[in-house]
Amino acid sequence: MDHTLEKSAFAVDEKGYYGLFGGAYIPEMLYPNVEELRQNYLSIISQPDFQQEFQNLLSEYVGRPTPLYFAKRLSEKYQTQIYLKREDLCHTGAHKVNNTIGQILIARKLGKKRIVAETGAGQHGVATATVCALMGLECIVYMGKLDMERQKPNVERMHMLGAKVIAATCGSQTLKDATNEAMRHWINNPTDTHYIIGSVVGPHPYPDMVTRFQSVISEEIRKQLTEKFGNPNPDYVLACVGGGSNAAGAFYHFLDEPEVKLIALEAAGQGVSSGHSAATTALGKPGVLHGSKTILMQTDDGQVTEPYSISAGLDYPGIGPIHAHLFESGRAQFYSVTDEEALQAGLLLSRMEGIIPALESAHALAYLEKLHAKPNDIVVVNLSGRGDKDLATYSKALSL
Amino acid sequence: MNRITALFTQSNSPILNIYYTAGYPALSDTLPILTYLEKSGVDMVEIGMPYSDPVADGPTIQQSNDIALSNGMSVKLLFEQLQEMRKKVGLPVLLMGYLNPVLQYGIEAFCRKCKEIGVDGVILPDMPMSVYLDEYKAIFDSYGLLNIFLITPQTSIERIRQIDQVSDGFIYMVSSASVTGATSGIREATENYFKRIKEMKLKTPTMIGFGISDKKSFDTASSYANGAIIGSAFVKALQQSSDLEKDIASFVSSIKG
Ligand SMILES: Cc1ncc(COP(=O)(O)O)c(C=O)c1O
Repeated sequence: MDHTLEKSAFAVDEKGYYGLFGGAYIPEMLYPNVEELRQNYLSIISQPDFQQEFQNLLSEYVGRPTPLYFAKRLSEKYQTQIYLKREDLCHTGAHKVNNTIGQILIARKLGKKRIVAETGAGQHGVATATVCALMGLECIVYMGKLDMERQKPNVERMHMLGAKVIAATCGSQTLKDATNEAMRHWINNPTDTHYIIGSVVGPHPYPDMVTRFQSVISEEIRKQLTEKFGNPNPDYVLACVGGGSNAAGAFYHFLDEPEVKLIALEAAGQGVSSGHSAATTALGKPGVLHGSKTILMQTDDGQVTEPYSISAGLDYPGIGPIHAHLFESGRAQFYSVTDEEALQAGLLLSRMEGIIPALESAHALAYLEKLHAKPNDIVVVNLSGRGDKDLATYSKALSL
Repeated sequence: MNRITALFTQSNSPILNIYYTAGYPALSDTLPILTYLEKSGVDMVEIGMPYSDPVADGPTIQQSNDIALSNGMSVKLLFEQLQEMRKKVGLPVLLMGYLNPVLQYGIEAFCRKCKEIGVDGVILPDMPMSVYLDEYKAIFDSYGLLNIFLITPQTSIERIRQIDQVSDGFIYMVSSASVTGATSGIREATENYFKRIKEMKLKTPTMIGFGISDKKSFDTASSYANGAIIGSAFVKALQQSSDLEKDIASFVSSIKG
């Protein structure tokens, strides 16, 4: 793995912060676990046997490198050069597995016997259940009750893979609530369990660790663009942001390349001011949630607001601290996309390129409508996952 | 002297600290419950500031938080309800909650308000010790507000020593690896942990909480520490109560009697 960002203004500092954001705001019950991870993750990741097994699994098991596909018809429509980074072709159907492979290897090195995870869209749950099956570890996944209904195929996949799926029934019964339950489970099982967080959220070192595992996305994009054009840098990189792991991975190796414009797309739900939205940077302010200081949607009293999005993976009231820093510093531009725009973008990609995108990824695609890139611009869209899990939602909303 | 420090200096019988959630069962119950607790002979009280995402709490306290929030409770309203509390109660009062609502109120404004109305200490489980020491301790100190740290069976000896050094008032010993409201009672492994801490002869008094629910567990815990904290079991009693004053008196006498 490339570690060139170590001294970057966008890399995590030694206290676990990205600018003003990050840290490890956890109850004392979790301190030993998080501290154990913090003290060990960098040295484990840099061990040659870890790297060899990680790289081997990424290529032989996950199917990396994923293609950087030139979307010809879409490019003609938008009069620019559009390349899709095909994370949807990863084993299990989304980028999430890049992270779970890395974390399961760390958990094994730390001697953990059991894995707990949260999931929204179910992609991270499936990716976790998959690596647990692969390594023979027990797997418990918390999932909001609402998400279990709207992402049913993924619940069935987790069952098939041998994971125990537990419904989170508090709050809005979505990703935030599943995360609360997973953290409580970890508090109750502190010594033998590793918590595989599914995005660049949580206490330090999680955001940095997950970013490193996902950074393979931008590492490959650079290599692939160099092979095609002799230049690693595109003009734009677009990615959707729930917690922000696919975006962090797609942005990572471009952070110190100012000519590459980074665009993060949040879920506006029914509209930013509709009261049914998950557009965190538009609606949020600094606060502490799930172990880190970040930007989050909240009331004046500091109660976390229930978010809304048609896409379970983006239905989260916060963003990872690295994104809070990219937003505040202006390094990345944040825009939001409504349910309706995402649905139409999903339909468009299906009809024009024969690729059914995850509803999350469709949020990134939808922004192509508004980007107005120049004809020769190279625009990379991170296609974070495939849409099989969303067919019921697409069919119903689009009356197919 | 801070009322918490004074209590530990003066008392030589086990200290009973009761937790309840502000604005629960009804929004206006906060101050009446506090006065009934004082009347019933409780030594110290911890008032919960309800939060939308209480990750260190089990179902009972989660539910009381949800109900309190839907009743309309907030940090601002809690301070209004407690504004005149020192005309009515003399016992040490702590506020317990999560960091985000306090951050949004403003750390300094929060500490100032605590001093003004006579709150003695704060417990914020998700506020890291390093952040407290680097950023907030000076502010807490200038308003005479104590910050209570937690330790658990997994906390290293080295870290316990460090927490002891920077603690005032008492150290909150979490009885087992769990969120609040666990019902497993006190097991042998737990007693070994209590013994281990007692033998460390810390300078700071200790109070044991989480999973303390009745006279038996209170007495066991108190034999290893300066006293114990009851939360979920009391919240459950409130939930079933039709006469708060009477039921609080009988709950407390069932523990202390
Ligand atoms: C396909 C896909 N893309 C994106 C996301 C959002 O997560 P993140 O922002 O961490 O990439 C999810 C989450 O479930 C997902 O399944």
